[in-house]
Amino acid sequence: MIVGERKSLEEIRKMINGYKKVLVAGCGTCVTVCFAGGEKEVATIASALRLAAQKGGDAVEISEATIQRQCDIEFIQELKEKVEQADAVLSMGCGAGVQTIAETFGGKPVLPALNTRFIGRTEEQGIWSERCAACGDCILHLTGGICPIARCSKSILNGPCGGSKDGKCEIKSEVDCAWQLIYDRLKSLGQLDLLEKIIPVKDWSASRDGGPRKQVREDMKL
Amino acid sequence: MKSGSKLEKILESGQFAITGECGPPQGADRSVIERKAQHLKGNVDAVNVTDNQTSIVRMSSIATCAILQQMGLEGTMQMVTRDRNRIAIQSDIFGAYALGIRNILCLSGDHQSFGNHPTSKNVFDLDSIQLIQTVKQMRDDGKVLGGDEIKGVPKMFIGAAANPFADPFEFRVVRLAKKVAAGADFIQTQCIYNLEKFERWMEMVRDRGLHEKVYILAGVTPLKSVGMAKYMKEKVAGMDVPDEVIDRLRGAPKGKAAEEGISICVEAIQRLRQIKGVHGIHLMAIEWEEMVPVIVQKAGLLPRPTPQ
Repeated sequence: MIVGERKSLEEIRKMINGYKKVLVAGCGTCVTVCFAGGEKEVATIASALRLAAQKGGDAVEISEATIQRQCDIEFIQELKEKVEQADAVLSMGCGAGVQTIAETFGGKPVLPALNTRFIGRTEEQGIWSERCAACGDCILHLTGGICPIARCSKSILNGPCGGSKDGKCEIKSEVDCAWQLIYDRLKSLGQLDLLEKIIPVKDWSASRDGGPRKQVREDMKL
Repeated sequence: MKSGSKLEKILESGQFAITGECGPPQGADRSVIERKAQHLKGNVDAVNVTDNQTSIVRMSSIATCAILQQMGLEGTMQMVTRDRNRIAIQSDIFGAYALGIRNILCLSGDHQSFGNHPTSKNVFDLDSIQLIQTVKQMRDDGKVLGGDEIKGVPKMFIGAAANPFADPFEFRVVRLAKKVAAGADFIQTQCIYNLEKFERWMEMVRDRGLHEKVYILAGVTPLKSVGMAKYMKEKVAGMDVPDEVIDRLRGAPKGKAAEEGISICVEAIQRLRQIKGVHGIHLMAIEWEEMVPVIVQKAGLLPRPTPQ
């Protein structure tokens, strides 16, 4: 899933400053699962903003709405009426959600309430960690199912570097060395021979380095 | 001869080599390099110039190497993949070669979180092994990575680093083998204080026959004080400083710890020289260049050869 983190109340207040009617829009997919921008979090930030406005003597009207998916125009249409009544939309979706709302409702300012962090998984309740960098050219079959692009601090393809100590990365003692994890996993799979081969220079054009990415499936087009 | 550098000639002739190190200044003052170079000249065969080590902005390795060359010293340009993509890397290699630089040490580089620009974006388009492959392809095939023919091929003597003290220990020699397969001509190791562990590592190196395929220069750094030893042990990534070394410095008479540090270093060099497959020493006297002549002399490594 895409993991997001809500911006601070102060930062959000600064962003909405000057708007009289603000719609707080939640998303029912990834950011609901990571407790950042679902219906509950929309209610929380909405009441915090109302309270702060009351305290500061600002006349701002906050409305709320949460849809299934902000990255899908079909669902976004459900917001139409409420968006029309608002001066600005504070999106609690990921970056894709914010932009899809903006693209759908051209004349309306759309503000991001979250920082979109990464593609990852829930490690345990309250802890999420990165797993995929969406580089567009997956090599997980060579690295024991552990991604060095997303999980090695230097994204190196032929690790571990000289900074790997006791299974930890040189940058911080709480960060696992991805290449130690890869080594251990391949050892347990009896596939250490994979590490004898040099992984060649990567084609980064499949990643963001090739420019904004787009996928077209002719067979799926209507 | 691959590059014809002085370092290559000395190693090729079977003589025991000694390389030094020069950290460039955090500014544009060339006199800092000139002062350091005075201590190194005639005492080492080539001088490594670090590339923004620990991610602190310093004078570029290429420019510093060029200044050393002007002063009659041979430079070894360290190059990290942290700050440059493959375009900038290859461009800088062309430029370095045109300035007379013949040795390169290929590294990934310390992560930028250590330095004075922790909010910067890193590059790591290549890793250190892929950088070795790149320099070799440029030299031996006369082509850039993208495949275009090079006009004026840079013929570099290619170095790489090895850290016998990083983990997983049993994989360290495999990684060295990958660097050799990629095209490394010489290896400079992390500073060695744990000689037993280094000897075990060298045994694994010989088991794979790697000592016959690559020149290995054992890294040493003299310790100035107990504080420095503790700092190296606790704060520097991938460093192994045994307690005996710290105890020995602590046991030195008042004001004599630095002297003891020099003795430890000289003894280490003498022991390392005896190890089969060690072709030289990489002496990193960090901000203590004035001790290089003393250490080299005490270790019996003077005068230095002057190959034609």
